[in-house]
Amino acid sequence: MTDAALPATRDRPMREPTSWERLRSNRDWLGFWFMVPTVLLLGVFLAYPLFLGIWLSFTNTKIGRVGKFIGLENYEWLMDDKVFWLSVTNTLLYTVVASVAKFAIGLYLALLLNKHMPFKAMIRAVVLIPFIVPTVLSAIAFWWIYDSQFSIVSWLLRKAGFITTNINFLGDPWNARWSTIFANVWRGIPFVAITLLAGLQTVSPSLYEAATLDGATGWQRFRYITYPILTPIIAVVMTFSVLFTFTDFQLIWAMTRGGPVNATHLMATLSYQRAILGGNMGEGAAIATAMIPFLLAAVLVSWFGLQRRKWQAGVGND
Amino acid sequence: MASVDIRDVRKSYGSVEVLHGVSVPIKNGEFVVLVGPSGCGKSTLLRMIAGLENITGGTVSIGDRVVNNIHPKERDIAMVFQNYALYPHMTVADNMAFSLKLKNTDKAIIKAQVDKAAGILGLGNLLDRYPRQLSGGQRQRVAMGRAIVRDPQVFLFDEPLSNLDAKLRVAMRAEIKELHQRLKTTTIYVTHDQIEAMTMADKIVVMHDGYIEQIGAPLDLYDNPQNQFVAGFIGSPSMNFINGTLRVEGGQPMLETASGTKMPLASAPSASAGRAIVSGVRPEHFTIADDGVDAEVIVVEPTGSETQLVAKMAGHDIVAIFRERYDFQPGQKVKLKPRPDVVHLFDKETGKRI
Repeated sequence: MTDAALPATRDRPMREPTSWERLRSNRDWLGFWFMVPTVLLLGVFLAYPLFLGIWLSFTNTKIGRVGKFIGLENYEWLMDDKVFWLSVTNTLLYTVVASVAKFAIGLYLALLLNKHMPFKAMIRAVVLIPFIVPTVLSAIAFWWIYDSQFSIVSWLLRKAGFITTNINFLGDPWNARWSTIFANVWRGIPFVAITLLAGLQTVSPSLYEAATLDGATGWQRFRYITYPILTPIIAVVMTFSVLFTFTDFQLIWAMTRGGPVNATHLMATLSYQRAILGGNMGEGAAIATAMIPFLLAAVLVSWFGLQRRKWQAGVGND
Repeated sequence: MASVDIRDVRKSYGSVEVLHGVSVPIKNGEFVVLVGPSGCGKSTLLRMIAGLENITGGTVSIGDRVVNNIHPKERDIAMVFQNYALYPHMTVADNMAFSLKLKNTDKAIIKAQVDKAAGILGLGNLLDRYPRQLSGGQRQRVAMGRAIVRDPQVFLFDEPLSNLDAKLRVAMRAEIKELHQRLKTTTIYVTHDQIEAMTMADKIVVMHDGYIEQIGAPLDLYDNPQNQFVAGFIGSPSMNFINGTLRVEGGQPMLETASGTKMPLASAPSASAGRAIVSGVRPEHFTIADDGVDAEVIVVEPTGSETQLVAKMAGHDIVAIFRERYDFQPGQKVKLKPRPDVVHLFDKETGKRI
């Protein structure tokens, strides 16, 4: 063995890769290249409109006229705007009541559907119907159900002798609030029910059998087995449900347009009315931007709720 | 502790009967293993004893009580599941304490019970962990701990070792057996693994297609299988079966195979000559002898402690095991002689022992 033997194997010296070649083959950069399409998509279709909206809220842009930066003036006006504050209250009421109802009924339905019963697949499909029907279509249907003259509910109640005059569903402020909330609940239940059902089906039947042998009653099995195991899914589902409800627009706009006397105006509908119909883009954008803190709060609550559960289940340590 | 009496138990799903009237008497403190291939009904039977399945016909009694219509939690049994069925959101201690907590047992008593069970199973330092943070063997032990804490009349095990790796399975096998020797609680154990059955049981119940094939002590089943199914199921490697016809030549009973090979038998069974029979020979009951039957070596598997031989004999692939070390070569001709005194004979038609 001599040292002279070594260079013979390297008669073709290795060329140093150019920096472009290194960029193309480097593992760390590879990840970056894979991310580029997504980053572009998210940037163009999510981040840009979001920041444009926030930016607009600091200007006095009107439709047809480029605005100037006016700082927090839009927000200052909103602080003194009774209609804005009414819409905030409406949105909170709408979200809280509808979400609680959707959760309670959705969970109940999921538990029912998880039981063994005839025509299970068909019943599950039927439950999904409110979710499948286009929102505007169901809103128009409800509009008709709530009609002051032709409401089927009023007609039935009158025939049954409970009332003598038609109920003014959408003409009275509180009636209109409850009516729109009911429509939203009707529409939102399938999402909650089907997702929770999917969660229920991941719970191993042997856990229930073990609990039965351990002496748990039906309620105790729900309280100590089903509910805790389902918590992470409940957190996700309810976060989405709250976000959807808080930002709801279609149902309200198709049924009441925020009326009567702004009683059903949500922040989203008010923002649209001010920005698009009223032409005050800046003010509308400010109302929309004002929704962000509420939404962030909802996400954070579920985020921290989830984190704790994750640890409880021990997943975090894997 | 209690005896368990299973009497003429039947189970049907719709019009399909899966258990056809099985009866198993189980004495107080006995370790009984239900063994059989998949789909033989052994798990169904166990779940019926637990109360997780309805009993279509017959009776199950625990102690002096018929439990057919008694709710599972009133039956005073504890069950260990194949997938352990540990509550994933509870710590080891909470898992074990769950049944006592439901009974509103005093906290101090719960703690004492859990600590005692943890001590027996060596789980003391794992009490605060969650099931996901445990290895398979540890989870298995927690599942047993959950059963021990309740101090039940009967332990039920449903294939508890199937999810463990081979080495751990052997260790846990010994652990469960030792646990039974200590606690002396009546135990019913379901498995498809005949080794588990042989090593752990006081009494084995061999099941097949919803019938009981044989009940007996492990070595009793090994030495005196009542039919060809039990003979083939118990023992590993399994018994060799050689088909043939019964002949008697000069007072000497023989088995004659289709290829004309003749093997002498020890005693003339109470059957007429010319009857189609199956001769069963355990792998360790072959010897190499000059007056043996011609066979051709196919594979030799030396394990150190023994030599295992796969060979072609009279048209049958047979397995033979020798304590001696032989240096056979594939293709080599050898003469194998079954020990006539331990040859099992079965009727070809019914599979029953002759």
